[in-house]
Amino acid sequence: MHETSPSAPARALKPETLAKAPAIVGQYPQKRSATMPLLHLVQEDRGHITQEDMHWVAEQVGVTPMQVLEVVTFYPMFRQSPIGRRHVRVCRTLSCALRGSYALMAELEKSLNCQRGATSPDGDFTLEFVECIADCGCGPVVHVDGAMHENVKPEDAAAFTQKLKATLTDPTYGQKPPVPGTPEWNG
Amino acid sequence: MSAVERPLIYANLRKPGYTVDIDCYQKHGGYEALKKAVAMKPEEVCKEVETSGLRGRGGAGFPTGMKWKFLDRKSGKPAYLVVNADESEPGTYKDRQIIYRDPHQMLEGIAITAWAIQAKQAFIYIRGEFIHGAKILENAIAEAKAKGFLGSNILGSGYSCEVVVHRGGGCYVCGEETGLIESLEGKRGYPRIKPPYFPAVLGLYNCPTIVNNAETMAQVKHVLAFGGAEFAKIGIPGDSGTHIWGVSGLVKRPGLYEIEAGKATFGQLLYDFCGGPLDGRTFKAIIPGGSSTKILKFGERFKGKLPNGQEFDWALEDIPLDANSIAACGTGLGTGGTIVLDDSVEMIQALSNLNAFYAHETCGQCTPCREGSLWLSRVSKRITTGGGQESDVPLLLDIANQVAGRTICAHGEAVAWPVQSAVPKFKDEYVESIRKRVKGEALPKLKLI
Repeated sequence: MHETSPSAPARALKPETLAKAPAIVGQYPQKRSATMPLLHLVQEDRGHITQEDMHWVAEQVGVTPMQVLEVVTFYPMFRQSPIGRRHVRVCRTLSCALRGSYALMAELEKSLNCQRGATSPDGDFTLEFVECIADCGCGPVVHVDGAMHENVKPEDAAAFTQKLKATLTDPTYGQKPPVPGTPEWNG
Repeated sequence: MSAVERPLIYANLRKPGYTVDIDCYQKHGGYEALKKAVAMKPEEVCKEVETSGLRGRGGAGFPTGMKWKFLDRKSGKPAYLVVNADESEPGTYKDRQIIYRDPHQMLEGIAITAWAIQAKQAFIYIRGEFIHGAKILENAIAEAKAKGFLGSNILGSGYSCEVVVHRGGGCYVCGEETGLIESLEGKRGYPRIKPPYFPAVLGLYNCPTIVNNAETMAQVKHVLAFGGAEFAKIGIPGDSGTHIWGVSGLVKRPGLYEIEAGKATFGQLLYDFCGGPLDGRTFKAIIPGGSSTKILKFGERFKGKLPNGQEFDWALEDIPLDANSIAACGTGLGTGGTIVLDDSVEMIQALSNLNAFYAHETCGQCTPCREGSLWLSRVSKRITTGGGQESDVPLLLDIANQVAGRTICAHGEAVAWPVQSAVPKFKDEYVESIRKRVKGEALPKLKLI
């Protein structure tokens, strides 16, 4: 795994992240409900969730840090360690598997130079198998940082990798609102 | 007779140039049904939905009007509406279209439902992975509030309802309504024990809560637009409206097909709409309504009696696409997410794929499900990797039989049903798969685990 040294202090959360918290908490009749929205917020800021972040969330919603940790460890989307610049999630479940997602994964491991469940040595890609992401008619589907790629065939893995590499310099990748009719429309 | 689609929910979103903004929605008649609803008494709206015969679209097919009737109105506690948009049943991708391409249709249904049950607060629990979907909904809510369709004093009625979009964390069990409620309270998504935690009585924050599927909300809009009695004429008695069939897997044209309930058969769905099997292949089996429904094998005969007393004797291709007919064949309509398997598929691999899913998604609360799902996953996987023996086949069934009915939530059934339905139908093939590996014979090209 490409990780920063555990002793390196994590940077502070961005001021705009901190500023968003009260409005999020205020949406709920009970503060604790804001636990997951705040964790998403932190993860979007930092890329992962640190112990300090969990203390901060706990303070905002009025629970103990342990109760936040319980949530972080339960939901597959939350992570406690950094990942690569692009998070490549290949659907593994039956509909996509029938359309070749296992063969696709094997090809992507080669072209991204990265084992499944790990990050490439250059830190560019984290490659993962995930369970059904609800786009079953267009399998195999690959979800990359908010952009959905449909019908990614195993034989297209190399071209797909080139396409992903080209996005590394695009800071807006996966941020743009989806346009129906385009291949990455529904991320 | 050839079957045709009857798009109701998907009628607009498929039109070229149709956009997610409120002006476009209103140009297509949007929010007229809400105006109709707020001019009625809430109990009259409930009555319309009951008369319509609408059944929930989340998989269980429970009558929506009846669910609303269970809402505890005597406690004096606030009522909540929670919309389940945590679409994660393998094979199911119908709600995504509504959220991404016609969000106001769902919001109008939410506003009508909230009025009917007099909820002042609604939550949309959306899949964490639907990052843009959540943003689209938030924008749509802001637009609807600006026009007085949501928020305070809806259409001058003095009634107010706030809607909050809440993103999940990629966890299948949070699609179970009480797991979803726990998750919405900021906890692990452990389903609650019923009784006492029936959501209609002790739901979100221990207040009366209605949890409805995202598509059900869109259907409610049409119930009000047509009127309950007219809506009930769509489909067949006992299953009204349309069903969205999301076909995936090995067919020529996988996709979403919206068909009036009971007005086509699986044969028509798979051949006429989906174009039949891929070239040179033959169909082998389908999982009709999301991965948790029981598998149906081509070549089987389905005999029995429908709830209305009519006797039937069908091949898989003859089964009509309505909830009662499909249930009478020993499986379920579920979410309408049909996964199609053909002769290139090794059935033990398909089963192992699903077992791995359920083992990954068990929440771990109940021992039979936590252990059973893992055992099933390991036993089926070891068959696919050559470590299996013939006794593994009855072992799979034995484990599954010890899970179903012994858990807090229906995840236990979801773990067991694929195994319980597939083993009797495909055990000879499983034994053959074991034998092939022992003998070192060639294996199918398609890898599923």
